[in-house]
Amino acid sequence: MSAVPGQTVGPFFHLGLEYDAMNELVPPGNPKAVRLHGTVRDGNGDPVPDAVLEIWQADPQGAVLRQPGSLRRDGWTFTGWGRAATGADGHYQFFTLEPGATEPGTAPFFAVTVFARGLMDRLFTRAYLPDVPELSSDPLLSAVAEDRRHTLITTREPDGLVFDVRLQGDDETVFLTYPRLRDAWS
Amino acid sequence: MESSQADINREIEAAAQQPGGPQPKLDYPSYRSSILRHPKQPPHLIDPESVELWAPAFGHRDVAVDEADLTIQHAGTPIGERIVVTGRVLDGDGHPVANQLVEVWQANAAGRYRHQRDQHPAPHDPNFTGVGRMLTGPDGTYRFQTIKPGPYPWRNHLNAWRPAHIHFSLFGTDFTQRLVTQMYFPGDPLFPLDPIYQSITDPKARDLLIAQYDHEVTTPEWSTGYRWDVVLTGTHRTPLESDIEETA
Repeated sequence: MSAVPGQTVGPFFHLGLEYDAMNELVPPGNPKAVRLHGTVRDGNGDPVPDAVLEIWQADPQGAVLRQPGSLRRDGWTFTGWGRAATGADGHYQFFTLEPGATEPGTAPFFAVTVFARGLMDRLFTRAYLPDVPELSSDPLLSAVAEDRRHTLITTREPDGLVFDVRLQGDDETVFLTYPRLRDAWS
Repeated sequence: MESSQADINREIEAAAQQPGGPQPKLDYPSYRSSILRHPKQPPHLIDPESVELWAPAFGHRDVAVDEADLTIQHAGTPIGERIVVTGRVLDGDGHPVANQLVEVWQANAAGRYRHQRDQHPAPHDPNFTGVGRMLTGPDGTYRFQTIKPGPYPWRNHLNAWRPAHIHFSLFGTDFTQRLVTQMYFPGDPLFPLDPIYQSITDPKARDLLIAQYDHEVTTPEWSTGYRWDVVLTGTHRTPLESDIEETA
């Protein structure tokens, strides 16, 4: 069957996609909360103030929880999914838990989807945890050119895990496609 | 100098000579805002792993039943042509995507969004927000009541008008099926003029975004109706019984 094509999220997505605590997979005050944040930039290096990111992740034990409750947070249930829009400075942030490895010996990552005004279709990428020995044997990271590998790995800073997204240009983020999408990309 | 519609038409015509696939061209300069916002490197092909083989779950805890009626969110009745939009969400193999979240947003009947960045001087409707949410049923069916949105100007070029549309956000059963798109109405005269719609250069793929009028989904003496089925890309994982169970 032919898949329906995507279209840009447009300039007014806040109207339809925003809701309370959408970027708080855990409450910011949770002692185990980690801040995952960064800036989305365009081909000129300018911040993109109308982008929206979604993350989907395992819990710290590596379990893929399929719990409802992402739209009405109860402050307790960890659903593993959240959404954050960029502000006027192109910056976004999530409060979450660090994902664990879903299989022994693999490198944990956040699965990330990026949408923006001016971006015709959504983009997929990964944000790996830094400082994990398994990064060196990860099949994706090993297959990506060495000078672009860092675009997939968060950096640990005093104010959280940083994951910047560059839509175009120097340091363009590595975006992903999958076998069943391959033929659907232009 | 600001481009005219005639300039844009020429660009659309030229781009159509180099057809892309069934998805929009990310590099489509007649949508001016795409020029600096499309990746220039090809996407890296991988087999999905780990969480990518699963989609987030939503349930009745997340979405109230009345969120599927955009005409009852205020004290009064919104102005405009009352319509029902319904259809099924299917995966690329034709399996229904059950109990999954559908989010919609749209302009009002005058073509105005309830959003501070919308400066189009058409009237706001105090009785219309233009936001709905629903869960698909066991057979993948979604359904909502709304009013038909109007076309609106968007300053991509001089006197640029978007065809009337409703924004849709959809999830499948795995992460890779995530889709945000726009549903259009049949016979819109603005189709050939719109760079966003025309960024899909395959006409058959473009047609998949157009709902069909369906008298079967009208409500007598109340509303007209449109049907629009959404086929997502294929799953990378054999759907399990648990995918179609009620998770709420």
